Amino acid sequence: MSTMIAISGLTKTYEGGFEALKPVHLDIREGEIFALLGPNGAGKTTLISIVCGLVNASGGRVTVGGHDIVRDYRQARALIGLVPQELTTEAFESVWNAVSFSRGLFGKPADPARIERILRDLSLWDKRDNRIMTLSGGMKRRLLIAKALSHEPRVLFLDEPTAGVDVELRRDMWQLVRGLQADGVTVILTTHYIEEAEEMADRIGVISRGEIILVEDKATLMHKLGRKQLSVHLQEPLAAVPATLGAWALERSDDGQTLTYTYDAERHERGIGDLLNALSAAGIAYKDVNTTQSSLEDIFVSLVREKA
Amino acid sequence: MNLYAIRAIYRFEMARAWRTLTQSIISPVISTSLYFVVFGAAIGSRIPEVEGVSYGSFIVPGLMMLSLLTQSLSNASFGIYFPRFTGTIYEVLSAPVSYLEIVVSYVGAAATKSLILGVIILATAALFVPIRIEHPLWMVMFLVLTAVTFSLLGFIIGIWADGFEKLQLVPLLVVTPLAFLGGTFYSIKMLPPLWQTVTLFNPVVYLVSGFRWSFYGISDVSPTISLGMTVLFLLTCIAIVAWIFRTGYRLKP
Repeated sequence: MSTMIAISGLTKTYEGGFEALKPVHLDIREGEIFALLGPNGAGKTTLISIVCGLVNASGGRVTVGGHDIVRDYRQARALIGLVPQELTTEAFESVWNAVSFSRGLFGKPADPARIERILRDLSLWDKRDNRIMTLSGGMKRRLLIAKALSHEPRVLFLDEPTAGVDVELRRDMWQLVRGLQADGVTVILTTHYIEEAEEMADRIGVISRGEIILVEDKATLMHKLGRKQLSVHLQEPLAAVPATLGAWALERSDDGQTLTYTYDAERHERGIGDLLNALSAAGIAYKDVNTTQSSLEDIFVSLVREKA
Repeated sequence: MNLYAIRAIYRFEMARAWRTLTQSIISPVISTSLYFVVFGAAIGSRIPEVEGVSYGSFIVPGLMMLSLLTQSLSNASFGIYFPRFTGTIYEVLSAPVSYLEIVVSYVGAAATKSLILGVIILATAALFVPIRIEHPLWMVMFLVLTAVTFSLLGFIIGIWADGFEKLQLVPLLVVTPLAFLGGTFYSIKMLPPLWQTVTLFNPVVYLVSGFRWSFYGISDVSPTISLGMTVLFLLTCIAIVAWIFRTGYRLKP
């Protein structure tokens, strides 16, 4: 797969000295769905804003579809659709006019049939003549997406697309993103909802304090995510793990009160049942059992904390 | 050249004027009519002619200029400030448009609106007082130059302002006084000599004087100087706008 967006050595220091981006290197492949995860204030929006031309970079270089975003800004920007985080919409315009405006702004001739299709896809068709101010929050979000898609972008940025959005819209949005991917559109979404990244992304990047600290295929991450742990809290401390339980590679806590079994979530059922039977057979009494799953969130939190 | 973008912004801005018809057309027409009723009919009939022109007719060019200045400023400043205020400016900044295209479309729309307004006011004035236009081409030129120049100034104010208060500040504290003291309602020859000199530092004097000359052939300063000063003012505004976009001032952090 070819590279759609190449970011190299990108830095941003805001007036006042806040260093929003340390040198960032990141390649986004054509046609992928890339989730950029990070806590608030990590630099997600700054990164997107630079690529889209809303913020001037302090250093480094970005190309979109091979076009430098500063020197060939016309070619680069024509490829990009941006759905901003805030619900920034006109108030008095009609839905139809607002979306048509966006298409013209990006240098495309009017195409009512296409705009109709976009509005229908986003369940906005019935609202086409409504003033934007009369729309609900969810409808405004849909409108922003419609505006971003109006000029047939090859890259779509969704900045926190599902913040404050109801379940139905979230599902619609995911479906839409998959549809776009099927058409070969590259989608970059930022989120601090980990389920969203899990649900949608092909690759996940984690950004913290202006640095990309991890970029990995979701499958690889999910593998880490797939680890589960079973902790058995014993009634009596155990000096050593009996040899009959060797097959499970149990870890004994220092005080001998807890045995921990780490296993693969995919095939855990027999393992746990067998282990508990074996414990009983070995005459080891336990007072409590609990399982934990190292979620992407844990990985994420530990990564972010590590770097802090 | 992204002509589709220019057209999109221009139409968008014109549609906004249409929506706010009362504010952008009707209210200036009403206030100008009031001036004609008060100064033209009521008081004007007791004021002697100014250089052979009845007072009511004399003030027509000045009043047109007054409306043109204030409306160009408010149209253009609001046109760019409002998207900054609501945040919708993101779309224009992220679009494949050059700064020139942005300025041309916003300023073009604002100037168009004030030109339409100027023509409406002229037509309204013709209902109250006799009007003649000796140099129609010059008149149109002054009208267009002024509309464009003050729309540019309004654009600059709209980018500079970081609150609605500031948006009103320059028009109220600077431009309105300058317009009133710029010979809108009088010939500066009516002033004491010292004030005649002071007045020459007021750019509005040149606009009004040149514009009035295109109507009645009478002027406080020569029309060539008027034209020169107007163009100078225009170039200053263009230079400031160029600087704004080069530095990203108030637009791009």
